[in-house]
Amino acid sequence: MNRENSTYTIIYASVMVIIVALGLAFTHQTLNSRQIQNENIDKMQQILRSLNIDAEAGVADAKYNELIKNAYLITADGQKVEGTEGITPDDPAFSGEHSEIQFPVYEAEVDGSIKYIIPMNGAGLWGAIWGYLAVERNGSTIYGSEFGHAGETPGLGAEIVLPAFRDPFKGKELIKNNEFKSIAVVKPGQSVADRDYVDGISGGTITSKGVDAMLLESVGQYKNFLMNLHSGN
Amino acid sequence: MALLSGKTKEALLGPLNKNNPVIVQVLGICSALAVTSKLEPSLVMAIAVTIVVALANVVISLLRKSIPNRIRIIVQLVVAAALVTIVSEVLKAFAYDVNKQLSVFVGLIVTNCILMGRLEAFALGNGPWPSFLDGIGNGLGYGWILVVVGFFRELLGSGTLFGKKVIPQAVYDAGYENNGLMMLAPMALILVAIIIWIHRARNKELQEEMN
Repeated sequence: MNRENSTYTIIYASVMVIIVALGLAFTHQTLNSRQIQNENIDKMQQILRSLNIDAEAGVADAKYNELIKNAYLITADGQKVEGTEGITPDDPAFSGEHSEIQFPVYEAEVDGSIKYIIPMNGAGLWGAIWGYLAVERNGSTIYGSEFGHAGETPGLGAEIVLPAFRDPFKGKELIKNNEFKSIAVVKPGQSVADRDYVDGISGGTITSKGVDAMLLESVGQYKNFLMNLHSGN
Repeated sequence: MALLSGKTKEALLGPLNKNNPVIVQVLGICSALAVTSKLEPSLVMAIAVTIVVALANVVISLLRKSIPNRIRIIVQLVVAAALVTIVSEVLKAFAYDVNKQLSVFVGLIVTNCILMGRLEAFALGNGPWPSFLDGIGNGLGYGWILVVVGFFRELLGSGTLFGKKVIPQAVYDAGYENNGLMMLAPMALILVAIIIWIHRARNKELQEEMN
């Protein structure tokens, strides 16, 4: 058989591509349900970490169902959207299948008091960053926070996931003098006057700035919701 | 033993020392910089690369008599990309945490020069068994450098190993500080250079002639 023949080359390439495509499709189909389950559990673990609870993958599901009492979508003016309640992975708050002008909120009950958990999305240096912010009933005080990233630099930007970065958020106020200010992330050692701030990551400046922007923009979408909570108290 | 004699033994053991892909051929440096700021991702990356290079070598070696010469690089890329995707899917399903840590770098194994280099230079001209050993050898040769670099970067940069504190608090109290420079990519290059220096000092035949 002549290996340099064009017909042979074209047939060879086509057959190879079809076989590889079938193989990959098969692999994906077989593993997909496990992957989705892993992703859901990972998301539950993240939500729980914003409540300062480190749940192992094995127990995250049970713990999530125990603590999260409700989840729903809100509109930009802070009103709950009817018919969107539910905490299971198929419900719109968890699955993320909702329109861009609706925002998910989770309600958790920890030691008898209600916390509201707000998901955040933003951009770091290399890719997406995200997080969850657990807010007290007054709509202002941070109860806990959780951050995640797609591929920030290990040892630098990736440090946003560590407690050393997350813990200082506790007790900070999103609302100052009845105005939504969010929380700033500053270079270690610097400060801002009119709002609460935490230290960024040394050497992870762009990621820190990304978190800063995310806290302002993503949490800003919940401004009315938080202000309603705040004035309700 | 017939399975491990002469050429095949050299295929397996050569890359660990005198024919090392990283410190002698200076290949695969890109990922050596990217994943070695901590020990654990270095180790997982080493294992992933070893598996992919070995399997890709075997597949290409089995196909070597049928591959049209004009599209051989494309064939190699497709085989490598398919294997890397499978490894990445399996990690997502069974080792989700590790997969999250390595993030994009698993996908980037496709572009690892060692992989393409071995397929082109070895698997196309040798049988499946020597190719398999050559893949394992090169994967491990790449891997041990990564682990050594990861060990020193995490130890000196964060004071931890596998995420656990190993430098006692008393040392910090005495004024010791973690070297933040170690976390930056250039330090990986400098560490690799130091390994190359030591390696060449001990293996005179690797040194270039001075004219």
